[in-house]
Amino acid sequence: MNVSVDIRQVVKRYGTVTALHGVSMAIGENEFFTLLGPSGCGKTTLLRCIAGFEDVSGGEIRLHGQNIAALEPNHRPVNTVFQQYALFPHMTVRDNVAFGLKMKGMGLAERNARAGKMLEMVHLSAFADRLPAQLSGGQQQRVALARALAPEPKVLLLDEPLSALDLKLRQAMRVELKQLQETTGITFIFVTHDQEEALTMSDRIAVMSQGHVQQIGTARDIYEAPVNRFVADFIGETNLLPVTVESVAQGVAAVTLPGGHRITCAAAGMAPGPHHVSIRPERLSIVPTGGDLDVVVERVVYLGSDLQLLTRLDSGAALHLRMQNSARGQVPAPGTRIGLQLEEGAARLLAD
Amino acid sequence: MDLRRYPGFRAMTLLCLVILYTPLIVITVYSFNASTSITTWGGFSWRWYADVFTGPEAPRFRAAAWNSLTIALIAATTATLIATAAAVAMVRGGRFRGKSATFTLINLPLMVPEIVIAVATLIFFSMIGLTTGYLTILIAHITFCIPFAYLPIAARLQGIEATYEQAARDLYATRAQAFRLILLPLMMPGVISGYLLAFIISLDDFIITNFVKGAGMETLPTAIFGSVKQGIKPNIMAISTMMLAVSVLLVTLSYFVNRAGQKTRA
Repeated sequence: MNVSVDIRQVVKRYGTVTALHGVSMAIGENEFFTLLGPSGCGKTTLLRCIAGFEDVSGGEIRLHGQNIAALEPNHRPVNTVFQQYALFPHMTVRDNVAFGLKMKGMGLAERNARAGKMLEMVHLSAFADRLPAQLSGGQQQRVALARALAPEPKVLLLDEPLSALDLKLRQAMRVELKQLQETTGITFIFVTHDQEEALTMSDRIAVMSQGHVQQIGTARDIYEAPVNRFVADFIGETNLLPVTVESVAQGVAAVTLPGGHRITCAAAGMAPGPHHVSIRPERLSIVPTGGDLDVVVERVVYLGSDLQLLTRLDSGAALHLRMQNSARGQVPAPGTRIGLQLEEGAARLLAD
Repeated sequence: MDLRRYPGFRAMTLLCLVILYTPLIVITVYSFNASTSITTWGGFSWRWYADVFTGPEAPRFRAAAWNSLTIALIAATTATLIATAAAVAMVRGGRFRGKSATFTLINLPLMVPEIVIAVATLIFFSMIGLTTGYLTILIAHITFCIPFAYLPIAARLQGIEATYEQAARDLYATRAQAFRLILLPLMMPGVISGYLLAFIISLDDFIITNFVKGAGMETLPTAIFGSVKQGIKPNIMAISTMMLAVSVLLVTLSYFVNRAGQKTRA
């Protein structure tokens, strides 16, 4: 991987509050990289540090090898799509898109031609002479994209750009954004708190919480192999069960589930003792006998394509599972005791 | 609950309107009175307007009007520049030591009784040995115009999100370019409002001007006052009506500028 943005031990403090605790990550060229986390996790602060709107309190931000952490925003070859777009309300759509080119010293004819091309790319050629206020939210969003892409930045930063759109538009824009990133070949750093957005678009995702990076990996990595309870819980639905690791040998742990049944899990450098496993609800199936877990069904929730079963272990811990809503298979009635079997590798042993 | 349902609401409203506007209406109507009397109607005439421009008091009024106009222009311009800089510092400057003290200092002249400012200003000028005259009026006007210009400018600026300037900086604009090309055009309706308000306040001021003007120097309000002391003549009503017209014009202008500004607000 050719590294585009190399973030090294970035610290950001506001007075006594630390927003970023030495965050590091390397983002590749042409990568669609997402910073994902709940509000207040530091993802937007990190983005603003890359853009230059915030000074870092420590660490380096390298862009193709050059430390840009001390540069003014206008000296960074990085452009931003803002959450509320921040289109200049007193300028036409064309002048908005051409603004960055004008500041870079491009002549009028040339920059208007380029702005026209950018507007064509986002299907808004017909709206070039309008003011931003005369456009819909989705159209404003695309103007903001065209404006940020027009100066051909090395990196495009996107600060929750889809959060102001309604659901249908948001889903359509996801596809469009991904296509735009592939055709332009520009590195996208995308900030969101919406895990579905992150999972569907990103090449890699950095999950953040409380100013720390929790895990960096592909969508599949962080969904199927979360490293800790925060990531397992934050990404998708999961069951976190307390377990006892009896022994670890050659990267495989012998684990006792609540109820006494024993299974084996992949374990990387974990000591025996109490731990948690994460089990995704769709990776449990109902078996007549010999299940790994015994539960009592409490409630069946109808979700359309799926059914959700809310069950309880004898230990009192809740466990939910999902099954496809097909004609095949019996749906157990509330109150019945059923056995559950874990799919191979379904129980993921967590570090904390 | 609908305010109009309170008992006596209509009567109270009417009373307020009558008290506020009857004198203005009377003055305006009687400025067109053909009679020399200020109480009996003698038919419609422009004679008192002609008298203002060509009558015995015309040179005095002309000089006073010229003073008022130039002082208002210079004072409003200077005050608006200072107020704009102050507003940008206060609204965009982040947190700094003494910010609330600064805010109070800027706006204090609005709350201090004008007569106190008038006396204090006069004493100050005599202490530093400045001879009262055109210059002292100008300095006093610039000073008390600043808070009037500041308020609409700061209010407008507060409604402009900082992300516009950040977007400009992100798109390779220098600080100066971001201010000139983005922030200033967006705050312009507030700047114009502040300018017009300062202009009217300066044009209209009597108390402070009367204290610091010195002998022989007149602005329109002090000239009118001087004239009235010798008895009210209808030409005073004509001048007053013209000043009223200017004020109404400026206020209307300010209103439309603000309304146009709403359209460019995102």
